[in-house]
Amino acid sequence: MRQLDALATEARTLAIGVPPLGPGEAEVARQMQICNACRYCEGFCAVFPAMTRRLEFGKADINYLANLCHNCGACLHACQYAPPHEFAVNVPRAMAKVRLQTYGEYAWPPALGGLYQRNGLTLVLALAGGLALFLLLAMMMNGKLWGEPLAGNFYRVFPHNLMVSMFTPIFLFALLALALGVRRFWNEVSPGDRVKDAPGAAVAEAAQDALLLKYLGGGHGQGCNEADDAFTLWRRRFHHFTFYGFLLCFASTSVATLYHYLFGWVAPYALTSLPVLLGTAGGIGLLIGPAGLLWLNFGRHPLHGDDAQKPMDRGFIALLFLTSASGIALLAWRDTSAMALLLALHLGVVMAFFLTLPYGKFAHGIYRSAALLKWAIEKRQPSRLQLGSE
Amino acid sequence: MLNQDLSLMTARKYDVLVIGGGNAALCAALTAREAGASVLLLESSPREWRGGNSQHTRNLRCMHEAPQDVLTDAYPEEEYWQDLKKVTGGITNETLARLVIRDSSHCRDWMRRHGVHFQPSLSGTLQLSRTNAFFLGGGKALLNAYYRSAGQLGVQIRYEAPVDRLELRDRRFVAAYIGSERIEARACVVASGGFESNREWLREAWGQIDGQWIADNFLIRGTRFNMGVLLKFLIDAGADTIADPTQCHSVAIDARAPLYDGGICTRVDCVSLGIVVNKHAARFYDEGEDFWPKRYAIWGGLVARQPGQVAYSVIDAKAIGRFMPPVFPGEKAKSLPELALRLGLDERAFVSTLANYNSACRAGTFDHAVLDDCHTEDLTPPKTHWARPIDTPPFYAYALKPGITFTYLGVKVNEQAAVHFSGKASSNLFAAGEIMAGNVLGKGYTAGVGMAIGTAFGRIAGAQAAAAILEDAQRAAA
Ligand SMILES: Cc1cc2nc3c(=O)[nH]c(=O)nc-3n(C[C@H](O)[C@H](O)[C@H](O)COP(=O)(O)OP(=O)(O)OC[C@H]3O[C@@H](n4cnc5c(N)ncnc54)[C@H](O)[C@@H]3O)c2cc1C
Ligand code: SF4
Ligand code: SF4
Repeated sequence: MRQLDALATEARTLAIGVPPLGPGEAEVARQMQICNACRYCEGFCAVFPAMTRRLEFGKADINYLANLCHNCGACLHACQYAPPHEFAVNVPRAMAKVRLQTYGEYAWPPALGGLYQRNGLTLVLALAGGLALFLLLAMMMNGKLWGEPLAGNFYRVFPHNLMVSMFTPIFLFALLALALGVRRFWNEVSPGDRVKDAPGAAVAEAAQDALLLKYLGGGHGQGCNEADDAFTLWRRRFHHFTFYGFLLCFASTSVATLYHYLFGWVAPYALTSLPVLLGTAGGIGLLIGPAGLLWLNFGRHPLHGDDAQKPMDRGFIALLFLTSASGIALLAWRDTSAMALLLALHLGVVMAFFLTLPYGKFAHGIYRSAALLKWAIEKRQPSRLQLGSE
Repeated sequence: MLNQDLSLMTARKYDVLVIGGGNAALCAALTAREAGASVLLLESSPREWRGGNSQHTRNLRCMHEAPQDVLTDAYPEEEYWQDLKKVTGGITNETLARLVIRDSSHCRDWMRRHGVHFQPSLSGTLQLSRTNAFFLGGGKALLNAYYRSAGQLGVQIRYEAPVDRLELRDRRFVAAYIGSERIEARACVVASGGFESNREWLREAWGQIDGQWIADNFLIRGTRFNMGVLLKFLIDAGADTIADPTQCHSVAIDARAPLYDGGICTRVDCVSLGIVVNKHAARFYDEGEDFWPKRYAIWGGLVARQPGQVAYSVIDAKAIGRFMPPVFPGEKAKSLPELALRLGLDERAFVSTLANYNSACRAGTFDHAVLDDCHTEDLTPPKTHWARPIDTPPFYAYALKPGITFTYLGVKVNEQAAVHFSGKASSNLFAAGEIMAGNVLGKGYTAGVGMAIGTAFGRIAGAQAAAAILEDAQRAAA
């Protein structure tokens, strides 16, 4: 099977020749050739050690390296060839541009890949749509958005089955779309490597690198760059708040689902119940994290990253923030007349979040994890090169 | 507003003035500040070009008695000294050299305190894993850390501040001038590098061949800001000098490299895997004389003495994957005549040089990691190792030009880093880094010594400058 995959890829390459590089990819190839002759940044992250195992950079290599880059900024500030030098090396920017393209290129269904290009607009439309949908539904079903307190009983506003039947398919679709996208990515950057054949140690290492955000540590553990050449751990911390906050919220929903179907315990749950505790902790994380990330994002050094990607980054961060803010507001005022309105707002935001999940910033985590896994596998294989230098 | 700030800054009289913005200058400024002195640092370049040649460095040669964090095995003082003696052919000052060597064994703790991080030797440089500690991110990351630390400690830093002369009185420093602006200080450290960016001076030093200035075809591997202005000023003011004024360290680099700041990545590491011809398609030196790390530094001079200061390193497909990938792709051809055409060389001469070489190769066991037995017979010049016929297409060639790393001429100093006039030491004017490196490294080079000298003497000069002020104050009080 493994050989078959490899053969298939080889046949494809033979048939269509070496895939041509787009301008973004050609720029990464140009910079990687300079870096490969220099190598000073080898200790910052995985990108440079992965680069030194190659002499030439084809499309697959470039897409892999671009997704391995965490945009930490260290190699820009350390670069003796950074602008205004005529070599104009800016690895984080070149990588970021390609990264955005890869999300679109590998997206499933391909037709929706274009949503990455105007992601700010996509997010705004999804948000407006989600909000409008639930506000209208609430009006239609209850005749009003403001009413007598319902003691926190959401299902009096939207019946449970209705919510399940709306969110489940969208969530499953998001999972499917992301899975198919990353599968295409993997088959192209790692043809012949089957994930299930990966050594256990490689999988464990990749998981750890992703979960601990090893490569936002700068290689020395003091962090990445934000506004200038000083290192800070705040991006890693805020990202942890965001990601683990998100996981806690997800856990809260999962536990509540189990309660509902397994034990027949129906919401609203007490403030001291597991779903509410998890949800509150997660919600707070998801307030602090995105707020911090947004603040850092606005203060980033102007040469970092790709300006075209900022609407996507900021839109996604804002959506996460709105999700948690509306969720916490709902919890705080669930016993008041505002509940129906708050619930409609919260569900509208969550709907927008799930709708755009496979076509926005969320994808970076999936593709980067895949790239980290490839690196963990690759570094365990001997290098073919025997390079010597002065 | 800005101008006002600047004039306020310099209207004040600082204890220590540091001239330069590279490794030696920062080491001096940080040390003087740590000793309690107020410090003003003047860097001639704009901020984005700060750091002179130091921004292109990657490692520090370190003495150590046992394996240390990023250093394997041991590199004792005596071995380090013997290495220095060998590469300089004895043109060194043992006392000062040993000072540098010993400092290199403990300066890294100080460097770390100021934010420098180290990494093991880079891939492709295993031969340095015992002797050289590499800077994580290279010299620019090191300088960023030093500049940050200096800022935090309250060292005042001015960019675009090229000093053009000093005011001296009886061997003592009084003030420095930037144009008409006069900047007084109680002591001064000059750390403004060599003169390798000064093309006029290089012309003079290298002279002409066939009516052509040799140095006009040189590329400068480092900064464009080391014009040697203060070196020249000090020499004219009667400072004692050291090392050969006409010598510089040069290597053969890719001819397409930029005029300045090409740095490390423009080197071409395949010389010993093939042959090198000049513009008449003739070979001129044994490409396989010794391991490349031991020979790369003679090729700058060799190419400089060829017509047009250009040469071509030629390899075949067998060499690919055995040397560090060069920054620019080589000329590539399916046949030798085609390669000659691409290089603009005489086809007949080129093909015949290669045919002669190929037929002179005696088959042996090729091993690039040892001085193997693949050599030529009855060929002048011979190729004594790694000689294999160049016969496997595709063929590749890289045009080479001399790339200047640094110059040797400097001012003479003592153990206190004091500048000397007619054999007498100044009590408040000190020198550090490339401007005095010739005291230790009168000729030759071995990786990581430049930064070792700059770090040791930068710290000595900073400490001595701070101490000189104290002595003055005590004398005034007494
Ligand atoms: C490509 C390259 C790689 C190298 N790699 C290594 C290595 O790995 N390890 C090693 O040990 N050595 C290396 N060297 C040598 C090393 O760079 C020097 O030995 C060292 O940097 C000298 O430090 P310095 O501070 O004296 O000079 P520089 O770093 O050159 O600093 C001189 C400073 O003075 C400033 N200046 C000049 N004139 C004036 C003026 N009139 N007024 C104000 N400021 C002025 C310049 O702008 C500059 O900032 C390398 C050199 C090059 C070119
Ligand atoms: S980013 Fe710059 S300093 Fe770092 S490896 Fe690449 S070329 Fe070298
Ligand atoms: S930005 Fe950071 S993660 Fe990306 S290549 Fe540079 S050092 Fe590595």
